[in-house]
Amino acid sequence: MRFVDEFREPALITRTAQEIRRLADPTRHYRLMEVCGGHTHAIYRFGLKDLLPSNIELIHGPGCPVCVLPMGRIDDGLSLTEHPEVIFTAFGDMMRVPGTRGSPLEHKARGADVRIVYSPSDALKLAQTNPGRHVMFFAIGFETTAPSTALTLMRARSLGIRNFSVFCNHVTIIPAIRAILDSPDMRLDAFIGPGHVSTVIGCRPYEWIARNERKPIVVSGFEPLDMLESVMMLLRQLKEGRVEVENQYKRVVPWEGNRAALKAMAEVFQLRPYFEWRGMGFISQSALRLRDSYAEWDAEQRFQIPGVRVTDPKAAQCGEVLKGVLKPHQCKLFGNECTPERPVGALMVSSEGSCAAYYNYEHLKTAMVSSVASAL
Amino acid sequence: MELLTERENLALVDVGGVRRKIDVGLLEEEPVKVGDWVLIHVGFAMSKISEQDAADQMRVLAMLGEDEAAMREIEGYGLGERWAGTP
Repeated sequence: MRFVDEFREPALITRTAQEIRRLADPTRHYRLMEVCGGHTHAIYRFGLKDLLPSNIELIHGPGCPVCVLPMGRIDDGLSLTEHPEVIFTAFGDMMRVPGTRGSPLEHKARGADVRIVYSPSDALKLAQTNPGRHVMFFAIGFETTAPSTALTLMRARSLGIRNFSVFCNHVTIIPAIRAILDSPDMRLDAFIGPGHVSTVIGCRPYEWIARNERKPIVVSGFEPLDMLESVMMLLRQLKEGRVEVENQYKRVVPWEGNRAALKAMAEVFQLRPYFEWRGMGFISQSALRLRDSYAEWDAEQRFQIPGVRVTDPKAAQCGEVLKGVLKPHQCKLFGNECTPERPVGALMVSSEGSCAAYYNYEHLKTAMVSSVASAL
Repeated sequence: MELLTERENLALVDVGGVRRKIDVGLLEEEPVKVGDWVLIHVGFAMSKISEQDAADQMRVLAMLGEDEAAMREIEGYGLGERWAGTP
């Protein structure tokens, strides 16, 4: 349990929350989408919604890379473990995500060589130290992670390491936001923009959201005060009738992004014509594959991939939760058949998944939140 | 942060007393020097941040009780040294 006086400038948190209440029109209902799974986690972790007036609704977006990956891709990646020379590597948060025949960890329990890595560089190093084996890195993530995979592949090529490949599931955030805005059952007022994706892509790619869709967007940091400030900035725009891209996370996000990272991505990846997202269906030009010049390191070209398509378990409503149409607890399986210990869907696995975040934190009111909320 | 010569773009960073190797190849456009502060993601430096902002961030993580989780993650970045071979 944490206490109010432990927080940086608790008075500032209280003042920001009060300013949000002052700006919010009580006759209006606000629907703000936080695009990034890291923000969803922070909202539940710190109980931020309790600091907001009840007419401000936070809708959880699709920015959790583990959650949006359809089960077929997991099965496809795991199919490579049938090759005895293959070492399957992935980040830790992939390990418990269910495939049709179990998660990567369950495959490991049945004898497959499945290992956690913390960086794609670790997977490449593993290939160097195991020349008789083939190391496949199951790559996931938005633009935050894709440049690291790209640089690792560039290094593999320059060092001539040929017993290494990437099964690429990298996705891009803009087409997902576009798909949400095009969805007829989704009415949103504004966006809390992703923080770490924006360190790479910068703020310019969001300009069409303001210009064409007339929705304000504020790129936000992840601390409680960052997120409250971002909500306040959005409400100010809405109150003043402004529609702009603003950057609350200036200390980390440059407006132009990271050009070296974008260059590495452009060197290694090209857009797929379309890619399936869990719950959202096929979205055109929303994912990356390796360029032909990197075919030798592309697991999908080196190996025969079954290309399976699997529908999610019928009772699970991951898709509706991912699109923000349902809250996690409104899914029929939430908390009974689907828990972090025995997850049915990926949203219950990743710490950035809204179901896991809701399950772990929703009922834990920290002293900070209670005392600040009671001061409002 | 300290720059290493054993491989291009390799740097040694100190994160709350733990020293780890990270890759700084994504900061080519704003070259790093000894003493800089950087934001790290999956073993790669993603952007430079000011010393003041970095100190604030570390303090806030500690206050939120999230410093241990951050440290556990950082300890994983061995670029193959400690973790890659360990299932």
